[in-house]
Amino acid sequence: MSGPDGTSEKNIKTRDGILTAVAAALFAAALWWATKNLDGYKLRIINLIAINAILGLSLNLIYGMTGMFSLGHAGFMAIGAYVSALLILTPEQKTMMWILEPIAPWLLGLHTSFVVSLLAAGLIAAFFGWLVALPVLRLGGDYLGIATLGFSEIIRIFITNLTPITNGSLGLKGIPAHTDIWMSYGCLAVVLVCMVRLMKGNFGNVLRAVRDDEIAAQTMGIDTFRTRVLAFSLGCFGGGLGGALMGNLITTIDPKMFMITQTYNLLMIVVVGGLGSITGSIVGAVVVTTMLEWLRFVENPVSIGGIDIPGIPGMRMVIFSLLLIIVIIFRREGIMGMREFSWNWFFHERTPGKTVGGGPR
Amino acid sequence: MRRLLLVVFVCLLMTGSAFAADEPIRIGVFNCLTGQNAFGGQLELEGTQLALSEIPEVLGRKIELVVVDNKSDKTEAANAVARLIERDKVNAIIGTYGSALAMAGGEVAETAGVPVMGTSCTNPLVTQNKKYYFRACFIDPFQGSGAAAYAYRTLNFKKAALLIDVANDYSVGLGNFFKQSFISLGGEIVSEMKYNSGDQDFTAQLTEIISKNPDIVFLPAYFAEGAIVLKQARELGAKFRFMGGDAMDNPEIVTLGGDAVEGFLHTTFAYDPSMKDMNPVAQKFTESWKAKYPDKEPNVNAALGYDAFVLVVDAIKRAGSADPDKIRDALESTKDVPTVTGLTTLNATHDAEKELGIVEIKDGKKQFIGTITP
Amino acid sequence: MGINLSFDMFMQHLINAVGLGSLYGLIAIGYTMVYGILRLINFAHGDIFMLGAYFVFFATVRYKLPWVLGVLTAVAGATVCGLLVDRIAYRPLRNAPRISALISAIGVSFFIENLSVVVFSGMPRPVVQPPLLMKAFSIGGVRLVPLAILVPAISFAMVAGLLWLVYRTKPGLAMRSISHDIETTRLMGVSVDRIIALTFALGSALAAVAGIMWALRYPRVEPFMGIVPGFKAFIAAVFGGIGSIPGAMLGGLSLGFVEIMSIAFFPRLSGYRDAFAFILLILILLVKPTGLMGEKLEDKI
Repeated sequence: MSGPDGTSEKNIKTRDGILTAVAAALFAAALWWATKNLDGYKLRIINLIAINAILGLSLNLIYGMTGMFSLGHAGFMAIGAYVSALLILTPEQKTMMWILEPIAPWLLGLHTSFVVSLLAAGLIAAFFGWLVALPVLRLGGDYLGIATLGFSEIIRIFITNLTPITNGSLGLKGIPAHTDIWMSYGCLAVVLVCMVRLMKGNFGNVLRAVRDDEIAAQTMGIDTFRTRVLAFSLGCFGGGLGGALMGNLITTIDPKMFMITQTYNLLMIVVVGGLGSITGSIVGAVVVTTMLEWLRFVENPVSIGGIDIPGIPGMRMVIFSLLLIIVIIFRREGIMGMREFSWNWFFHERTPGKTVGGGPR
Repeated sequence: MRRLLLVVFVCLLMTGSAFAADEPIRIGVFNCLTGQNAFGGQLELEGTQLALSEIPEVLGRKIELVVVDNKSDKTEAANAVARLIERDKVNAIIGTYGSALAMAGGEVAETAGVPVMGTSCTNPLVTQNKKYYFRACFIDPFQGSGAAAYAYRTLNFKKAALLIDVANDYSVGLGNFFKQSFISLGGEIVSEMKYNSGDQDFTAQLTEIISKNPDIVFLPAYFAEGAIVLKQARELGAKFRFMGGDAMDNPEIVTLGGDAVEGFLHTTFAYDPSMKDMNPVAQKFTESWKAKYPDKEPNVNAALGYDAFVLVVDAIKRAGSADPDKIRDALESTKDVPTVTGLTTLNATHDAEKELGIVEIKDGKKQFIGTITP
Repeated sequence: MGINLSFDMFMQHLINAVGLGSLYGLIAIGYTMVYGILRLINFAHGDIFMLGAYFVFFATVRYKLPWVLGVLTAVAGATVCGLLVDRIAYRPLRNAPRISALISAIGVSFFIENLSVVVFSGMPRPVVQPPLLMKAFSIGGVRLVPLAILVPAISFAMVAGLLWLVYRTKPGLAMRSISHDIETTRLMGVSVDRIIALTFALGSALAAVAGIMWALRYPRVEPFMGIVPGFKAFIAAVFGGIGSIPGAMLGGLSLGFVEIMSIAFFPRLSGYRDAFAFILLILILLVKPTGLMGEKLEDKI
């Protein structure tokens, strides 16, 4: 994206800024149109796309950008979802819901606004991420994946068993449906801006250096361990935020929502979109989320020429997993590969786009 | 001649329905057809479909079932209900097996203002503070206290142990209600063991329970897990009896558990093919089930799926309209409607008040022992 | 929380632990062999295990085959499935980044589970246990069924046979060589793909044997039955030192022991049973990341 001289580079920057602003405004207008014209079911899916995009981006920061193979995202989502829900449920709701064991007294009166609860969800998830990171980030490769998966399961087991705090397997219900389109896309916008800034700035270079060659990075004086811990905690912040938004969208949560399958779904989003690519995670979220819904048609009975073909329950997931295998085999770098969207790329398709990310090997 | 009559009759029916079918009444079904709870959801759906084939229309309009799978997953359950309401424009909804799924779907229906009739979601939280959620089943506190009373008073057992699936809301809830009632009756809980959904080895928990020597073990499990628990208990030489809840009520339990389920007791809804004096609805249900699914036992989940449909149609009839809000109002005043599982009345909390059945497995067969009236 | 455990009870728990642990170990071997050679966590392994159990169910219950024939067909069927998985989903990705193969593995696992729901229905099915194996008897205060002795016995025999194969035969040599350096092995004229296929076949056959014994011990089959045992066996493989066959068995036994004894000694905490297993896993990873018997493996990138 370098122009022949300084002025034209500046011009391009101004142009890009204007274009980005226009695109954002157009997108907001489209969302506004959607809220007025689309039914709740479609809006729900649009909403889910934003949440999945946040989750995908945060996992991508950990895995794609920094090269730490984490299978623990569901656990941090769970923490975020529970923190947020416990902070916004009213004391009356809490007393009524804990039907097995009374709720812990210190928790009963805790009550904050939604935005505060979102922040708290992210921060506490990040704190747990930091706690987990300190010991396990010394491990590398698959071992790190296994250890984070173990932690995610431990988190879930504790949530299941700590009834006075979490209401155990009964879960929490009646969480106010705060997550509307504006809330989730607002959060996505903030996360997106932060990510782009981060990756374009010096920190992004440090992350890439740590990912691509840890020893070289150390030689250059980078504290690789601290960098990884920081990136991991930041990713966990996103996980907690996404979990909180998810809880407020579905309005009920329980420990079973945060099983390993949840992490797999996110991993699919990141990989299908393109590891290490910010644009990829967003494309991945759109594709995977809509695909899962769209595929429902195979389970519905159809009638062709007066002959009724009964729907086959379960067929949807069969086809979905098959598609996933096909994508991975025939386009393993994902939809975006390591590329990023940029206006330059948009106008001159030949020019290779600026690489902000780049996947781990 | 007979065939000719039949043809004429069918033609008449078709024209008749063609006149009436300006716009069918659509009832949505969201149930677990795949995933961990598929075994229960599929049975319930079959029951609902059987009911539809018997009551194909109401108010002179055809009824159409729109079936959506919730995959035994909460996110999917919420999506499924949203889809039924927004896309398929259903007038009322039936479902589901599994209370957590019902709760997730219920929130969506509540905001949209479409009534839902639960099938076998027995957790009290499902209808708590809900204007639009009803259910065709009783709730777990009732079931738990009934089971405790039967164990303590009728069977005269004083020492009980619990084996609970800690990751399963149904199991935790029902087990807890049993425990509270059993203690308040004067009984003693000698051991409380836990396991996690999906576990298949219970030997450690059972060995521990055996060492505490209880008279009875309350096992609020799903039947597939429960049968394995009973087998392992038998292997380890357990002498005490086991008792479970309605989720143990499945025709497969004897095939799964074999000899080990002999003497097993469980509470359930007041329907079983082995019942001596069936009410007329139950008789009819049993007959048409056997005609439609000759190689499958009629079962309690199907009965509840059937009942949910009957209750919704009854409300539509009384409302004289398919408007969701009018159906809801009519559902609220449901009283003594004859259903397969007895006369059903929906109380102030929208839960069915009906009798609690007790089943014992004797000589390799389920035997309906009788009912306890609330 | 007083610990009050009689000798008989302890022995009973020990027998239970060996029965469970040897099954974990048998499944873990499949993970460990594939990982040792390809550095791939074969997520579909637990599903091959499930298929093995289903094939026995169909052979003996549906088609009334005698047990020996039923077991043979099931093992053969699962082996074929394992080979197909390798051929279709993993082989095209041999030179791809590791994550691609991993995602492919997850996809295959989803695929087998969901296809099984469509084909076999979600309904759990009973498995008929041969009555001879289930005749309970007591030694001292300990209750036993013959099956409880047979399961570890077969498991250990399998491991012995496998060790012989890996350390005393030509294909075994090739396998070990591939796990050290795949490119050099290829240059030496070894047909790498065939040896890898052989590894998958062996792993799948063992998974099927484990599935059959699991189905005998916990007599029911359902499409999702492979998830939890597969997961646990994977932990066992890591715990024992991934890549090592005796390590997998040792890891399986240790895991069974930890799970059972956590309940024996802390009955109040029975709800945390799986957490004990995971905490142990993380501890060993931190203290000795290569597991109990694992050799140092460089990340092959």
